[in-house]
Amino acid sequence: MSPAQLYVAQRLSAAVLAPLVLIHLGLIVYAIQDGLSAAEILSRTRGNLTWAVFYSIFVIAAAIHGAIGLRAIVSESLAWSRAWLNTAMYGAAVFLSALGMRAVAAVVL
Amino acid sequence: MKQGDKLAVRIWKGGADGGYTEFEAPLRANQTVLDVVTWIQRNRDPGLAYRFACRVGMCGSCAMTVNGKPRWTCRTHVSKVTQDSRLTIGPLRNLPIVKDLVCDMTVFFDKWQNARGRFQGRATRYDDIERIAPDTPARKAADAGIECINCAVCYAACDVVAWKPDYLGPAALNRAWTLQNDIRDTAQAERLAAVAGDAGCHSCHSQQGCTAHCPKSLNPTAAIAGLKRSVFQAVLRGEV
Amino acid sequence: MIRPHRNHPLWWAFALHRLSGLALAVFLPLHFLVLGTVLNGEAALDGILAWTDSGLVKLAEMGLVFFLALHMLGGLRLLALEFLPWRDWQASLAAVAGSLALVVSFAFLFNAI
Repeated sequence: MSPAQLYVAQRLSAAVLAPLVLIHLGLIVYAIQDGLSAAEILSRTRGNLTWAVFYSIFVIAAAIHGAIGLRAIVSESLAWSRAWLNTAMYGAAVFLSALGMRAVAAVVL
Repeated sequence: MKQGDKLAVRIWKGGADGGYTEFEAPLRANQTVLDVVTWIQRNRDPGLAYRFACRVGMCGSCAMTVNGKPRWTCRTHVSKVTQDSRLTIGPLRNLPIVKDLVCDMTVFFDKWQNARGRFQGRATRYDDIERIAPDTPARKAADAGIECINCAVCYAACDVVAWKPDYLGPAALNRAWTLQNDIRDTAQAERLAAVAGDAGCHSCHSQQGCTAHCPKSLNPTAAIAGLKRSVFQAVLRGEV
Repeated sequence: MIRPHRNHPLWWAFALHRLSGLALAVFLPLHFLVLGTVLNGEAALDGILAWTDSGLVKLAEMGLVFFLALHMLGGLRLLALEFLPWRDWQASLAAVAGSLALVVSFAFLFNAI
């Protein structure tokens, strides 16, 4: 992707993430009352299609947003070639997506 | 600080591998930093190299780093930048040093060109002068940025330029935005492509050091945001 | 030492946005790995959740909540800067983002203890 396309992907993923993070923060502050337990988390998520879709979108958007952000930080701090930057960025996006979708599967299925 | 006091001035001498030399200069009322540099050059160090021309904030040639911040020295009063009569004066950041306080501005002006910061019209000398309505949003956006004097203070204040040496920088992008809003200009597609390239407007992190330091109180951050919007739309339309 | 040309509110807003983004990117894989332990049974996840009950971990979690809220609110500020008409009160917007993030993180802390 060109730098201009990366910019667009970064801003679009940010716009997707903002409301999701807001809900996530609300849930964190609500759920932390009386401590957390695996049973409590799973009672919310297991077999729930809404949360499955919510967290899947969240994971993919965060993976895109995070990978592009890390690319910007590395490109400004280290003298990596453009090819290495892009390889690392795609690697980070795939890594975060895979781990994230595994986590979603773990709590939903 | 009062009349008769002395200023302790450290001035950069030499090239990139140079260092600061200490001078003492008289403190005077309503004295500018450029006055101090000139006094030292005339009375203490005739070999000191520095640039100035107009002395009234129009030409953009006297910018230096004063106590860590980029400033136009001809219109910066000493009393504004020091409380303890100490001045540290160096060449601008982010540009190669020629000697002492003089920087090589070549890259700065090359980027001006790389951002297509030049007007390209369609009218010839045989056409009438075009009438421009002053109150359209586009003209207002152009007018907001056209008072730039090319002093490179914003360029020296920008961290992205320091971290990403190819980045076109605030001055060139500000200029590009004024031309994107000039209805007489005919190179807007090419200019948008130029500022959407590898080192283009989207590299900006809106730290707003340019806006904070611009001696003309221009707002390159807002201009760059305008370019980002244009690039955003062009990418969605598949044009860039 | 902070260099003088950086010492203005919006540079600090940038620095915090970058720091929080980096911290969140580093934390994210750990977060996913912890949730993934459910694949080995609920007991595995409960073991880790028990570890998070300690005061020091709660403080670290509060820091993460602060970073998440700050990065989101700071990001909204940047989207507004880039896509809405220009406003001259950028530093005030950054201050509002920082204050709200503090409120959220303390709401988390008070609910957690």
